[in-house]
Amino acid sequence: MNSQNEMNLSFDAKSINEGFARSAVAAFILPLDPTIVELSDIKTAVSEAVTNCIVHAYGYSEGTIYINVKIQDNSRVIIRIRDKGCGIENVKKAMEPLYTTGGEERAGLGFAVMQSFMDRVRVRSAQGKGTTVTMEKAIIRRASPDRA
Amino acid sequence: MEIKHEGRVMTVMLTGELDHHTCSKIRQKIDSCAESERPALLCLDFSGVQFMDSSGVGLVMGRYRQMSLIGGRVQVVNVPDNMERMFVMSGLPALGVMK
Ligand SMILES: Nc1ncnc2c1ncn2[C@@H]1O[C@H](COP(=O)(O)OP(=O)(O)OP(=O)(O)O)[C@@H](O)[C@H]1O
Ligand SMILES: [Mg+2]
Repeated sequence: MNSQNEMNLSFDAKSINEGFARSAVAAFILPLDPTIVELSDIKTAVSEAVTNCIVHAYGYSEGTIYINVKIQDNSRVIIRIRDKGCGIENVKKAMEPLYTTGGEERAGLGFAVMQSFMDRVRVRSAQGKGTTVTMEKAIIRRASPDRA
Repeated sequence: MEIKHEGRVMTVMLTGELDHHTCSKIRQKIDSCAESERPALLCLDFSGVQFMDSSGVGLVMGRYRQMSLIGGRVQVVNVPDNMERMFVMSGLPALGVMK
């Protein structure tokens, strides 16, 4: 009964791919019949992590972003987003709401959004090597098949 | 995206998906327009926004700073319910920016 489904994706760290990345993850979890809110929460969290790879990890220069999504027991979604960029010196500080090294056009809310929209967020980072963000969310299994 | 001028009010009708990619283009358009028109109030209308991440909040924060430099204000209107929480996290409501 331990059903699992998995997908892997790698793509160039270009801002044009932000929309593609969140839509691809959303399409993969669609068979779980998530609510519109669950889907939008996941798309937003993916968008945050992918944007961080482009803006911070690779600093707008060339690089590759890796996404791995696992679905366990037809309800638990585990999303891993990885870069081989500059890494984060102090992860705890980076995750504080409103903390940003990105200047005036960044809110410093990316990690706070991931934490509030997903059930669990873990960050592993090594300076000069890269960063892996792992996020989990349970999709509520619903009895009636006709909910929006 | 559409920009309207009524007196000294500049209204931007935002549409579609607001992420880091789309926001950089939107920002350039708004700033070049605001620079030439020098509005007293920049109104950002979110009613047509279908998706937004924290880049949308950054767009507002950045315009808030730009407008204070030219002595103007920013107002954000018609934020869809599910995007409201991101603005709350940012502290922008306390600055009187949200309607
Ligand atoms: N993948 C990454 N590689 C290197 N540094 C990162 C990475 N992700 C985040 N950071 C660092 O953590 C800080 C906080 O990230 P967070 O996403 O919370 O805010 P932000 O990206 O600065 O602003 P926003 O997400 O609101 O646009 C960043 O400013 C950056 O210094
Ligand atoms: Mg970010």
